[in-house]
Amino acid sequence: MKFKLLVSVSRSLLLARWKQTLVAAIGVTFSITMFIALLSFMSGLNEMLDNLIINRTPHIRLYNEIQPSKHQPVNASAEYRHHHNFISSVKPKNGRLEIYNSGPIMKALKKDARVLGIAPKITAQVFYNVGAIDITGVINGIDVEAENSLFSFHDYVTSGNYIDLKNIPNSIVLGKGAAEKMMAGIGDVIQVTTSKGERMQLKVVGYFQSGLQDIDKVQSYASINTTQKLLGESNNYITDVQVKLKNIMQAPQLAKEYRQLFEVEAIDIQTANSQFETGSSVRSIISYAVGITLLVVAGFGIYNILNMMIYEKMDTIAILKATGFSGKDVNRIFISIALTIGIFGGLLGLLFGFSLSFLIDHIPFNTAALPTIKTFPINYNPRFYIIGAVFSIVTTYFAGYFPSRKASKIDPVIIIRGK
Amino acid sequence: MNGKILEAVNISKHFHDPVDIQVLKDINFSVQRGEFVSVIGKSGCGKSTLLYILSTMDTDYTGDLLIDGSSMRNKKEAELARARNEKIGFVFQFHYLLNEFSVLRNVMLPGLKLATYPEKEVEQRAYEKLKILGIESEALKKPNQLSGGQKQRVAIARALINDPLIIMGDEPTGNLDKKNSEVVFNIFQELSQTYNQALLIVTHDNEFAARTNRIIEMEDGKIIRM
Ligand SMILES: Nc1ncnc2c1ncn2[C@@H]1O[C@H](COP(=O)(O)OP(=O)(O)O)[C@@H](O)[C@H]1O
Ligand SMILES: [Mg+2]
Repeated sequence: MKFKLLVSVSRSLLLARWKQTLVAAIGVTFSITMFIALLSFMSGLNEMLDNLIINRTPHIRLYNEIQPSKHQPVNASAEYRHHHNFISSVKPKNGRLEIYNSGPIMKALKKDARVLGIAPKITAQVFYNVGAIDITGVINGIDVEAENSLFSFHDYVTSGNYIDLKNIPNSIVLGKGAAEKMMAGIGDVIQVTTSKGERMQLKVVGYFQSGLQDIDKVQSYASINTTQKLLGESNNYITDVQVKLKNIMQAPQLAKEYRQLFEVEAIDIQTANSQFETGSSVRSIISYAVGITLLVVAGFGIYNILNMMIYEKMDTIAILKATGFSGKDVNRIFISIALTIGIFGGLLGLLFGFSLSFLIDHIPFNTAALPTIKTFPINYNPRFYIIGAVFSIVTTYFAGYFPSRKASKIDPVIIIRGK
Repeated sequence: MNGKILEAVNISKHFHDPVDIQVLKDINFSVQRGEFVSVIGKSGCGKSTLLYILSTMDTDYTGDLLIDGSSMRNKKEAELARARNEKIGFVFQFHYLLNEFSVLRNVMLPGLKLATYPEKEVEQRAYEKLKILGIESEALKKPNQLSGGQKQRVAIARALINDPLIIMGDEPTGNLDKKNSEVVFNIFQELSQTYNQALLIVTHDNEFAARTNRIIEMEDGKIIRM
């Protein structure tokens, strides 16, 4: 009952100055709209850029690294045991990049409930022979089907059919940049030389385009069998095991576990790509900062309008007090005016924000670097809407706080005597 | 039906700005239930100041104020607001109606605030009060569509809505012409006689004062006759 009365008084005061109220509400609407659109767009962009990496990067990569020999003869000497020894006469030997026991490791990984899937891989350093010139390159030997199901391989094979890589023996999918340099068309046969000097002819069955130019100039894909043949290795030669997890957040911890369990090197995606996280978070911080600034400005608008309203409604406030409304009631009346502006403006802002995002989402955005993207990316995360709603209410509350306090302190005697 | 409903005990008041002056000096008097009292005195003798203290709106005084037997000293702002709402009806020299609300709603507001009755019943009662004052036909108009005399009658209806112990008026006819003053005064007299309503009315109209039950005359912040 009492609440209803206060609301009805607020509404009457509001409607008596509906133009100013509308301007204040539009301020909130505008800032919330921009807040939502900006964050949705920024985070869509972040997500797209992250996906550029995340979708094609294993959550954990198991590999072998050539490491310095840990046992140096000088350490064995009793005389120098407690000295600082810096002589390292024994160099790393037998630089095998192969993962030992790759078969059992892969079997164990497949059984692990936390693992979504695995894809073995061989990285081979090669030279693409173009006439008299050799261009350095890398051939990734992949399990075509596993690679496709885990890392959407087919999205990035922009010409040709990715599955030909599996079905046609001695075939290769060339990086777009590399193919351009070699002027190799689909169906052409190119020649590569391995770092050990072996040569091989490979048939081009497609182009690969990752969106990262530097990668496309160097990398190509072949099937595991072809790569093993190219390197002259047996058919259990694997240099990398790529692991995709059900929960990406577990990667650092599992990488540590696998490192100990399988006695191989294991690197998680977070460690390998920390610079992307930094970029994303800086972009988010900037968009939040801009959005919140807009809201604060809108808050000042509300503050001004309430102050003006209180100044104009001195008589009304004095009368309300003289007839039995307490300072607290008056305070609540003005707070509820502020909140009404905030809620109404905020709701419209959420709606317009969604509409604007939707519009941006349909603006065509074609770039050669991003073959899978057709329109501007938008992230419709409900979180932005919740933050927007909460913020519009919080800022209007604070904008209303001081004017309302001022109103509640008005002394009716001074006003009534003043006449 | 006798008993003090309002009692001023040694009420004094100073204004400190711009210089320290004492406007009220040891005011002592009481109002009985159903009594119609008028306060007269020269302009500037402190009548309004006294009335604002008696209405609990001004709390900056020494001495004590008893309303319905209970002291208003040391009460919190919200408690005073409640006392004003429930026990005192105030009529100002200027009508002071809220133009954002209809006449009916203006009369209802203190009743809705008190919330003894549900909204429907408050509305019913507001109509009754307007009828007593002969302006029920104006109920749905906005205050600024009424004449000065009508507005003052609406203000009286508003003062009556919670059946207060006492109605206070600070020169309620001061802004009205002779004819309208007469109407308002007749209303006060009717309220006093028919409804046994206590009234404490400040006026500069001695003719008016002569027709009340009791005259309190002030001079220089003191009561010289009562
Ligand atoms: N806010 C104030 N500050 C200082 N003096 C005041 C103030 N209000 C009223 N006064 C003085 O107090 C005295 C009494 O005023 P008031 O009660 O309004 O007189 P009345 O209503 O009898 O004409 C006057 O001399 C007036 O000048
Ligand atoms: Mg006066």
